[in-house]
Amino acid sequence: MKVLAAMSGGVDSAVAAARAVEAGHEVVGVHLALSRMPGTLRTGSRGCCTIEDSMDAQRAANVIGIPYYVWDFSERFKLEVVDDFISEYEAGRTPNPCMRCNERIKFAALLEKGLALGFDAVCTGHYASILSDDEGNLELHRSMALAKDQSYVLGVLTAEQLQHSMFPLGHTASKDLIRAEAAERGLSVAAKPDSYDICFIPEGDTQDWLADRLGNTTGEIVDMQGNVLGEHKGAHGFTVGQRKGLQLGRPAVDGKPRYVLAVDVKTNKVVVGPQQALAVVELTGNKFTWCGKPKENPEVLFPAHVQVRAHGEQVACEVAVVDGAMVIRCDEPIYGVAPGQTAVIYLGTRVLAQTTIDYTVSAVDSFSTASASIGSSVNGAV
Amino acid sequence: MTVYLDYAATAPLRKEVFECYAEHLQNLGNPSSVHSTGQKIRRALEEARESVARSVDCNRSEVIFTAGGTESDNLAIKGLYWQRNSEEIVRPLIVSSGTEHHASIDPMEWLQNHDGAEIVWLPVDYQGIIDFDFFEKFLEENHQRVALVNLMWANNETGVVTDMAKVVAIAKKFDIPVHSDAIAAFGHIPVSFSNSGLSTMSISAHKVGGPVGAGALIVSRSTKLVSIIHGGGQERGMRSGTMNAPVAKAFALAAELAVAELETETKRLSALRDRLVQGVLALSPLAHHTARDSKRMPHNAHFTFEGCSGDSLLFLLDQQGVCVSVGSACQAGVNGPSHVLVAMGRTEREALGCIRMTLGKESTDADIDAVLAALPKALDGAARAGLTS
Repeated sequence: MKVLAAMSGGVDSAVAAARAVEAGHEVVGVHLALSRMPGTLRTGSRGCCTIEDSMDAQRAANVIGIPYYVWDFSERFKLEVVDDFISEYEAGRTPNPCMRCNERIKFAALLEKGLALGFDAVCTGHYASILSDDEGNLELHRSMALAKDQSYVLGVLTAEQLQHSMFPLGHTASKDLIRAEAAERGLSVAAKPDSYDICFIPEGDTQDWLADRLGNTTGEIVDMQGNVLGEHKGAHGFTVGQRKGLQLGRPAVDGKPRYVLAVDVKTNKVVVGPQQALAVVELTGNKFTWCGKPKENPEVLFPAHVQVRAHGEQVACEVAVVDGAMVIRCDEPIYGVAPGQTAVIYLGTRVLAQTTIDYTVSAVDSFSTASASIGSSVNGAV
Repeated sequence: MTVYLDYAATAPLRKEVFECYAEHLQNLGNPSSVHSTGQKIRRALEEARESVARSVDCNRSEVIFTAGGTESDNLAIKGLYWQRNSEEIVRPLIVSSGTEHHASIDPMEWLQNHDGAEIVWLPVDYQGIIDFDFFEKFLEENHQRVALVNLMWANNETGVVTDMAKVVAIAKKFDIPVHSDAIAAFGHIPVSFSNSGLSTMSISAHKVGGPVGAGALIVSRSTKLVSIIHGGGQERGMRSGTMNAPVAKAFALAAELAVAELETETKRLSALRDRLVQGVLALSPLAHHTARDSKRMPHNAHFTFEGCSGDSLLFLLDQQGVCVSVGSACQAGVNGPSHVLVAMGRTEREALGCIRMTLGKESTDADIDAVLAALPKALDGAARAGLTS
């Protein structure tokens, strides 16, 4: 196959490209330029897509012995990922930009371009596996390295995209093994730190970055009864479930920590309360996609597991498609779920579907009834 | 087999130049040393200086050797700007054009961001020609505040040649010094520094078959410049640092050969270039020949391809062994829309779909055949991939 290896300049994508070569594919390395004004150097794990990353990717391609190009996707990235990120926060939701990037850039814009230019597949360094069922349908599964598993952020892939995707790291049991392999292969990125932050926020401070773009309007931090507890410098950037950075000064009456329960951008209020109030038992997403072959009779409630954040635990649940929306009932409450986040449905290790959460239902009735407006906010009706 | 159509990026080191370079690299001595070993190497350096002076038609003392074209442009632009503002009059304005090379734009923008300069971007038409009426009128009204005029002799991307005589004639009326980046022009079209009336002019060795890392700034005897590199005071005090005789020798020989062959090469390369242009235009209605009505350099063919992205075309041609160039590559290797084309009134989308092909000493009819054979597949794929940036 002719394979386009997306090379970020990190160790994972470098080893993935090397493995694709070894598997006998004709591989071309490509680095996605996601900004026209890239920074010069990386600072530790902060940011990516700097010139240093591009140089690291090029050097890795040279060592592996494959051609290397930089393709400019900056305009598309800004429209599809950065602007989406801003407008989601503006609407009081919590987006996952890595997921958007996979959905709209790596496995859409890049894949489409690759196919048009004669490639058969895009190869990345994601920790996930593509397996085939008895009928030859491709399925996306969790990585063997469970601690690094990235199947969650790939949940957006469709059957068509799976046909043209390649994840050579999925069968490796740990990241340490990948680093060791990179060192053995003479790749200088073997010891390069992982990148954790959002790549387009190089300083790592999401709240500051959003404030620059959405402005800072001082507003109230209130409890569930509507009592004013403090002030914030802009509701944008607060995330449901967030505990740090509230700066309320005085403890709650019960002495327990307070969490962000809801962000009401219309009234510019941040609602806080105890952890129990974060408990959610039902999630609904109006838009969903099947990852690979769709479930038969999805309108009939079926048992599955749900995961709501990239490195979160999965929770047992029951799922059904009701009136075109995906409804997920959790067997036990999950905490800190916000509209805008993605729920990924698993059957065993297989990724079955994903949906962007639009509504959540609280586990504790007494909290939901605390006040009408706050109740609806807690339930995510924004 | 590789078909190299990117001479404007860098030209192959000529065999004679390599031999000359290798020979002189073995000679001991610092040209600034007073003893006989130093004097011997000094002699080689000064021979090179005289040779370069003959090639660009200037006085030997006007040749300031540098480590390349970018350094030459930096020295000229910053040096002239600071010199012109070292007197009592404040002259913040630098008159230039958006089609300049980054080696020229970035020093101007640096002065704007750090030292109070204001860049005046002259209007440029669709064919890449500056608006001379605007230029003259602007100088009439603002000449007392203008530090320098900075316009390239020929454009490195589109190959469009500037009417330097006209530029200098206008600037001279107001006693304003003119710097010209002649890096793309020198060795490809006749360039005479002494006839030009320029104050400073940049040239580079590797564009004419010399080694990378060698260039010169030609500074007229009557021009004063503030140095940007301080040290031992070499090169008329304008460019400190141990003088590099072997590289100067190699540069001088490459320049000499390019100038000696200019007339015959111009005829040969124009014919090849015309064949290339006609062939490309015949291949696809999506192809547009850039600045076709302007005076252009004989070895340059520049196109935009509607609905195609330059990096797709470059990739698909490269896969077939054909090396061309797109837009202006920044140091991360990202091919953004060409700023030159944007300055010439193209939209960003149009400017993304450009390809530059440049010919040189070793280019042959077979190269033109090869690129014309490779293009249909590349255009087909690039059109399918569309403009995803």
